[in-house]
Amino acid sequence: MNLTQILFEALESLNSNKMRSGLTILGIIIGVAAVIAMLAVGSGAQNEITGSINDFGTNLLFIFSGNEQVEVRNPRPLTLKDAEAIGDPFFAPSVGLAAPSINGKHIVTAGGKETSVAVNGITASYAPVRNEVVGEGEFISEAHVFERASVAVIGPETAEALFGRQTGLLGETIRIEGQPFRIIGVLEAKGGTMMGSQDDRILIPLSTAQSRLEQRDTIDTVDVIFIQAVSSEAVLQASEEVAQVLRTRHRTAIGMDDFTIYTQDDFLSTAESITGILTIFLGGIAAISLLVGGIGIMNIMLVSVIERTREIGLRKALGARKNDILIQFLAESSLLSLLGGFIGILLGWALSFLIEKISIAMGSPFYPSITLDSVLLATIFSLVVGLFFGIYPSNRAASLQPVEALRYE
Amino acid sequence: MTENVITTKDLVKTYQMGDIQVHALRGLSLEIKRGEVVAIVGPSGSGKSTLMNILGCLDRPSSGEYRLDHVPVAGMADDQLAEIRNRKVGFIFQSFNLLSRATALSNVELPLRYAGNIAGRRQIAEQALAAVGLEQRIDHKPYELSGGQQQRVAIARALVNDPAIIIADEPTGNLDSKVGQEIMDLLMSLNREKGVTLIIVTHDPKVAARAGRIIRIIDGVVEAAQ
Ligand SMILES: Nc1ncnc2c1ncn2[C@@H]1O[C@H](COP(=O)(O)OP(=O)(O)OP(=O)(O)O)[C@@H](O)[C@H]1O
Ligand SMILES: [Mg+2]
Repeated sequence: MNLTQILFEALESLNSNKMRSGLTILGIIIGVAAVIAMLAVGSGAQNEITGSINDFGTNLLFIFSGNEQVEVRNPRPLTLKDAEAIGDPFFAPSVGLAAPSINGKHIVTAGGKETSVAVNGITASYAPVRNEVVGEGEFISEAHVFERASVAVIGPETAEALFGRQTGLLGETIRIEGQPFRIIGVLEAKGGTMMGSQDDRILIPLSTAQSRLEQRDTIDTVDVIFIQAVSSEAVLQASEEVAQVLRTRHRTAIGMDDFTIYTQDDFLSTAESITGILTIFLGGIAAISLLVGGIGIMNIMLVSVIERTREIGLRKALGARKNDILIQFLAESSLLSLLGGFIGILLGWALSFLIEKISIAMGSPFYPSITLDSVLLATIFSLVVGLFFGIYPSNRAASLQPVEALRYE
Repeated sequence: MTENVITTKDLVKTYQMGDIQVHALRGLSLEIKRGEVVAIVGPSGSGKSTLMNILGCLDRPSSGEYRLDHVPVAGMADDQLAEIRNRKVGFIFQSFNLLSRATALSNVELPLRYAGNIAGRRQIAEQALAAVGLEQRIDHKPYELSGGQQQRVAIARALVNDPAIIIADEPTGNLDSKVGQEIMDLLMSLNREKGVTLIIVTHDPKVAARAGRIIRIIDGVVEAAQ
């Protein structure tokens, strides 16, 4: 018999027992849909968190002064000169850009309103390193830093707090600790992260911050140096090179670093271990539903085995070979499993869509993401379960002498 | 003198039931000629069904020889036996044994499917149903048919591959005597018109009386041939 005929007869047979076929399919649908929806939620959560970490910047390293691991005598602060040396491709070829910054919290006033805001003194390279985008106006330039210009780029939340709007602010004046600054740009919103809101802050030229806002003993001191490695593969290499440069410049003994380097991967791996647990948990629930679905399939297949055994006996009495029987059941089981798997995928997709819509309606948008892995996993599992429990009893029945199968009750 | 279509020699069938051995056939020998109508009678438990299952290649003897159409069947592989059942034997069961969810036509087509016969399958099955007087019922499911009609479908199914022998184990056992006689009429006419060999197990003396020969089986052996 050719393939189309086999499939046609399998369809005929499934169609002639709609109840049994329907129940079997139902088990597969539920299992597959559950797996897909659960894993979609898990990987949605993962995307959310890694996405917000990537908003910090790309291929990013952070250098802080001080070292929590060891007690260092006479630690030296990070300086602008350090940043320049790190940014020099001769000393650190894996470093693309180095962006020093000094951070403070200051009282800011505008138009009678007052707020306490993080004010970061930065250079022009800060924007590419930290993925900063101005929605309106321009970013702080090298000229601004050179001239110690009294200009500011403000975050959208800060703008909202001071002016009640986020547009049309260019040229307005704000006062930081009483000193006037002209607004030259407004940042685009980034949303909150584990490190607090990135939308409520003010960026000013580093030189201006040093001379006007900070009273520091060493004029050159900076708080953080952000570094962008030339590529994602070069991040570790960059970290090594930076450490080397700083050790030389600070004359520290081995193992007595007076600075600390974090890579973005350090944050990512922490976050991933958290979402990993979430995914395992959801995956566990999904596996249980697959198991329940599988047991459902098994039950129905086994319950029908009495009827099917007599049928097999009869077919053998009429001349069916063992392979004829196996092919027939293989065709029936795979049709059932594939159909159930297909509907299950659609249902799982619909569930994920529903979760997304509900989360949006409830005001905390969440985007489940269906991965190919979960689709493959669910499909293969349901196929295997369906085939195994379809084939195993029929194989046993097909191996009986016809007379035994006919007598089976 | 016509040739033998069935020859058995010293057929033994022993069932193992735990520690007990049940001897269903104890060295049974018989010969049946082509075109004969043979009734097999005997007390309940004497081994009639066991013999029929072996003659129809549904089961294997524990020992002994069996030639069907001159072919020694005993040592054959399962798939070869399947082919013999398909081409040489037609079965009629007491309980009809139709596929309950399939139409009369599909039931009759079944042996043709396993014969690898695709072209004209439907036509052949329709002719077989017409031969048993059911041309009006081809699309009926078994539960839409009377017992006698169901047995006619089973007969059409047994006929459809032009077998050398038809084996019927109490074909009228589930039917009342009038319908039983109609089924017998049908079988006898098939024998006359197509020359098919009929082997019928029965408890009904009226059915047995229509056969050309009666073989009585007692305790797993042939008691007397007339
Ligand atoms: N599968 C089996 N397992 C064990 N014993 C069996 C089996 N089939 C038949 N027997 C035994 O073999 C003997 C012959 O049985 P068989 O069915 O051939 O009798 P029968 O002549 O057809 O009887 P009836 O007229 O009641 O149908 C009986 O004693 C029966 O109990
Ligand atoms: Mg019997």
